[in-house]
Amino acid sequence: MNDDRVKLHSSNEGKLLVSLQGDWLLETGRPEPQSVCDKITADKCHIISFDTNQLENWDSCILTYLLAIKDYTQTLGITFDPNGLPDGIRELVDLARAVPPHKQDKEKEDRGSLLVRIGDDTLALFKSAHQLFAFVGEASFPLARFILRKSKFRASDLGLFLQETGAYAVPIVSLISFLVGVILAFVGIMQLELFGAQVYVADLVGIAMVRVMGAVMTGIIMAGRTGAAFAAQIGTMQVNEEIDALQTLAISPVEFLVLPRLISLILMMPLLTLFADLMGIVGGAVIASGFYDVNAIVYFNRVIEAVGLNDLFVGLFMGFVFGILIALCGCLRGLQCGRDASAVGDATTSAVVTSIVAIIIATALIIIMCAALGI
Amino acid sequence: MNRPDAVIEISDLTMAYGDFVVMKDLNFTINRGDIFIIMGGSGCGKSTLLKHLIGLKRPAKGIIKYGEQDFWNSDREQMETMMREFGILYQSGALWSSMTLSENVALPLQQYTSLNTKQIEELVALKLSLVGLAGFQSYYPSEISGGMRKRAGLARAIALDPTLLFFDEPSAGLDPVSAHRLDELILQLQNSLNATVVIVTHELASIFAIGSNSVFLDAETRTMLAMGNPRDMLESNNNKTIQNFLRRGEVAP
Repeated sequence: MNDDRVKLHSSNEGKLLVSLQGDWLLETGRPEPQSVCDKITADKCHIISFDTNQLENWDSCILTYLLAIKDYTQTLGITFDPNGLPDGIRELVDLARAVPPHKQDKEKEDRGSLLVRIGDDTLALFKSAHQLFAFVGEASFPLARFILRKSKFRASDLGLFLQETGAYAVPIVSLISFLVGVILAFVGIMQLELFGAQVYVADLVGIAMVRVMGAVMTGIIMAGRTGAAFAAQIGTMQVNEEIDALQTLAISPVEFLVLPRLISLILMMPLLTLFADLMGIVGGAVIASGFYDVNAIVYFNRVIEAVGLNDLFVGLFMGFVFGILIALCGCLRGLQCGRDASAVGDATTSAVVTSIVAIIIATALIIIMCAALGI
Repeated sequence: MNRPDAVIEISDLTMAYGDFVVMKDLNFTINRGDIFIIMGGSGCGKSTLLKHLIGLKRPAKGIIKYGEQDFWNSDREQMETMMREFGILYQSGALWSSMTLSENVALPLQQYTSLNTKQIEELVALKLSLVGLAGFQSYYPSEISGGMRKRAGLARAIALDPTLLFFDEPSAGLDPVSAHRLDELILQLQNSLNATVVIVTHELASIFAIGSNSVFLDAETRTMLAMGNPRDMLESNNNKTIQNFLRRGEVAP
């Protein structure tokens, strides 16, 4: 492609004169240096010089052009004579090549074939589970010390977390549990209607909410809400070296940071679960009496008859277990956080995912256990 | 060399992150009353060395002795006893952001003394006033400037009247006047507390103003090049890297 801002003139002593004219600006674009390089090889030049008498405005695009030519001449061992170039261009070209490029090859991560990656990821999963178990142990000692009234954290921290994980969580937990109750009732009553057994929707919603759904929904909400918050708080402290500062004062971060969070969730989760159970039952009542002619009083009486103390204890126990899992996953990911901002994001995401996975596994185990024990 | 007034003795220290060796074969001694400078180009491992000294990173090889006690081979309790004598100022202050300045300075006092609340409050007021932050007790770290955060971090570092002070790049981010004031503060504190100070820095002004002993770490050879008083190094050490560093890249006369 011929651009009339470049004119090449080669003499028969192997000298190539490149005339650069007009405006060389980013807006106007530039020709490809390839034409000059081709001319150099074609005419077997051994020195290249420049004439810029008619050069007007220039910016970085002329520099990239010239640097491409300079690098090419370097590889061929040809002389690059910068004397015809304006001072500014000459200094910048020299500066750009003053420091030799960094030689060390950053090892490109070769992630291997699909099979290798599946293997690596599975191993990482096991390692992650192992870390969680190890952390359970690490947190149990301070917990035991707390029960024996010998641990070191600030009471004001505990108060703050009780408020944040308990009182402030009530609105969202109520809302979602209410919705779950509504959904359960809706879906259930559509089938029960076929048998004229609408009134048993109370049993369905009551037992489902109290035994399992209340705890699980609360657990998942709190994982996203509080597990993420814990991971972010502690992760940011990690980034700011605040945890280093605790360690060098010989204050255990697990005792100081994790313990108050763990205790607050242990106390609040069963209470929130109870609240969720109630809201779910009310949600079911709204649907049953509002849309399907089930008398509200009858509904609530059926709930009282159908839901047993066993169901309640199983549900509360699940809430308790989930509280522990959420606190531990959130805090663990926070403590494992790297030292930059994106690491905090990763820690938060991982905390939520790990908590939810742990909750689901725990649910399965508890259900199996209850079935085996006949509870 | 085992001098009776050696406070910290580093022998054959090698620091590594996994397979990557940061520094190797470090041998030097920090004496009582020294203002000891750890210096070198950027990325040579100065802050990593500091982490090894204060108990945040285990050496890959080598021994760090505090007095007669091998730091990293002691059990956890002995290490914590030794660490109680440290006062550490981190590069950005590392104040606990959810606590006020007063709570920050009070925490070490609450952990390690049995003083009552009023006595602790008085001590906190004292430490803050020593660093020129009297009256800022109820401010949060996010509400004060960077320079003030450093000074607050310093107040926390001296809360327990430590005999060993560690500063990680104390003048980073400070204007020349504040940096000079900080140097003077460091000298005053060292004098009054009879402390030994270890400073990681590359600020030449501070190095020459207050440094009495130093070690020079080289990023290219990954080991130490020299130790001694920085001013002596400037005059008599002919190593090109060191001269370049101490003269800020200007050609030696």
